[in-house]
Amino acid sequence: MGHDAPMPAVAPSSADSGLPVATLTRPGWTAAHRRARLHVVSGKGGTGKTTVAAAMALALAVDGRRVLLIEVEERQAIARLFDVPPLPYEERKIAIATGGGEVRALAVDVEAALLEYFEMFYNLGFAARSLRRMGAIEFATTLAPGLRDVLLTGKAKETVTRTGHDNRPVYDAVVMDAPPTGRIVDFLDVTVAMASLARRGPIHGQADGVIRLLHSPDTMVHLVSLLEDMPVAETLEAIEHLRAADLPVGSIIVNAATGSRLPEPAAAAAGRLDADTVRDRIRALGADVGPATVTGLLQEGRDHAVRVLDEADCRRRLEGAALPMLQLPRLADGADLGGVYELAELLAEQGVHA
Amino acid sequence: MSGDRSAPPVTVSAGSPRSAVTNGLDLAALLTDRATKVVVTCGSGGVGKTTTAAALALWAADAGRKVAVLTIDPARRLAQSLGLDELDNDPRRVELPADTDTDTSGELWAMMLDSRRTFDEMVAAHSTPERAEQIYGNPFYQSISTSFSGTQEYMAMEKLGKLAGTGQYDLIVVDTPPSRSALDFLDAPQRMSAFLDGRMIRLLASPGRGVLKVVGAGLTLFTRAVTAVIGGQMLADAAKFVQLFEDMFGGFRTRAEATYQLLRRPGTSFVIVAIPEPDALREAAYFTDRLQAERMPLAGLVLNRTHPPATDLTVAATEQLQQRLATGPDGDPQDELLAGLLSVHAERATTRDAELRMRRRFQRQHPGLPVREVPALPSDAHDLEALRTVGAALAGPVPVGPTPA
Repeated sequence: MGHDAPMPAVAPSSADSGLPVATLTRPGWTAAHRRARLHVVSGKGGTGKTTVAAAMALALAVDGRRVLLIEVEERQAIARLFDVPPLPYEERKIAIATGGGEVRALAVDVEAALLEYFEMFYNLGFAARSLRRMGAIEFATTLAPGLRDVLLTGKAKETVTRTGHDNRPVYDAVVMDAPPTGRIVDFLDVTVAMASLARRGPIHGQADGVIRLLHSPDTMVHLVSLLEDMPVAETLEAIEHLRAADLPVGSIIVNAATGSRLPEPAAAAAGRLDADTVRDRIRALGADVGPATVTGLLQEGRDHAVRVLDEADCRRRLEGAALPMLQLPRLADGADLGGVYELAELLAEQGVHA
Repeated sequence: MSGDRSAPPVTVSAGSPRSAVTNGLDLAALLTDRATKVVVTCGSGGVGKTTTAAALALWAADAGRKVAVLTIDPARRLAQSLGLDELDNDPRRVELPADTDTDTSGELWAMMLDSRRTFDEMVAAHSTPERAEQIYGNPFYQSISTSFSGTQEYMAMEKLGKLAGTGQYDLIVVDTPPSRSALDFLDAPQRMSAFLDGRMIRLLASPGRGVLKVVGAGLTLFTRAVTAVIGGQMLADAAKFVQLFEDMFGGFRTRAEATYQLLRRPGTSFVIVAIPEPDALREAAYFTDRLQAERMPLAGLVLNRTHPPATDLTVAATEQLQQRLATGPDGDPQDELLAGLLSVHAERATTRDAELRMRRRFQRQHPGLPVREVPALPSDAHDLEALRTVGAALAGPVPVGPTPA
């Protein structure tokens, strides 16, 4: 799937121009990233984490591999992105990757997951359904806020560790479209969640396994950020908290970055471009433009340059986290399925592949 | 020399720039109307709701009204600019730097919601001090007052009811929590009171009484299962909480109902905020349908962060110029600059096309809904000056002189 995004993901660094362009000073994913089997993708609301998670799943599914994309927030964002009807609580094939790999999707339903447990350990049968109707499950998950998270991470762990007839894992990788940064540490820190649960019992036993997986090199948490003040602040805060909770942070994925299109953004941002020179040049090219047209053109250039400089600032702040930093451009046409493939290819160029 | 002098002239004109911005939603009229008492901004997360709420409040204060703005989770720098470094759960006066054009009789008060504290205050208002203390100490109460999904939404409405009840403000602007769905806050009070009415708690805490025959033996099993999962202590705490809380239900329900009615009064207006992206507009569409279905007073849609062109250079002319530039030799700094400017403009035009497409689609679904576009600022709004710029983009210039009484 070709892309003709004008801004390269990894811009060639034009050293002498000193551009604050989309130059990557940090490498992309390493072999350690590619060895991980559970990729947890979080980010502040509105940063595009679902789109990035989907692109990551596609990128990892190259060459005949099988990847599961898990949604845990019960909002059917994956179905909308892939333009398919709402996903039931089962693993469904939703996309074919380059080279024949496949991406399956699972929208985890907390109630169904809890009933699945109850079915396994207590034969509730018909009663389970009526309790569900009465809102009993929602009640139980409200009563023990940690229960929800334990069920969701538990389901993810089950898919990561599941093996087929040949004793090999069913999925080469599992990508989770996780809760937003504000909730990610609580969500993954199952130890804390368990405090609201009984000390024994089926869920407790499983939670131990989840804790082992989440704190192992098999798991990587990736944070999607925009180059804007609030998302950057939240990303840095989340990294700090994830590290304090001993959860493995894998990379920062900068989304919707504006690559600089101007040779000297600082001059453009400061309004130091000369309208007459630009106008003369345009007229020399055969277009008779008035002063207002040129002023408007310079205004757009100035807006762009201010944005680029602000983004460079934000990027420097993110670099303080000393993590691999991947970068994706803003999709001018909006995030649709074609855009997901485009982003997958750009992620692959930055080390996200099998 | 790049560019062929003998090439035919490029046609550049496309009418006046920014002509696509329509101002159907007259926020100036809404904010200066003395009958407007409450404005609620709503929309999905990350669309600029909080900034919009703060900018509208500041605009109205500059126009001479006494305004309180209730924010939920402002960006740190925005909070600082509103003097919200400290959480005290009550509005504080914001010092407004005098602007020559503004009416200095206005006042801006700002607060950031502390849900737990609002909940505590609500408990205190409906109970004796001793009982309130017991409730605060109950682990189950601590859990629902902080983590029940919907607590924040409920408490925002509770706080609004309280602020409106004081009669101290001409206008209250309320931001809504960054919910998973923009609809959550309308449903929160009802969900909360259904949850707190305790039927399930009673059922689970004392299944012996056999409240529901339908479920019968399954219930006992279910209780066992739930107990195995969440532990007996939590159920016991919940049961104790229900006992303590029992007398308060009536009061809570009445208040929730009163707040809901406040939202439906003619003095209230909802302003939906969205950005020109499919998810945000989908949420905005759900919200519009829902508000209209419930006959809530909906003022219109603010379409935030749009990219109207600043120049009338057409896309065709831009492409022609780009082609002529490309045929010339490389390395001329003036040409590099012009090529850059043209590519900035071309990208902006593509973005604009997508925006207009999405906007038209939305307006076809919701004909008659007033829409106001607010062009993207190159930087985030962090201070009062930037908020005034946003306010002007939302509602136009602040009227000079005192507003008519």
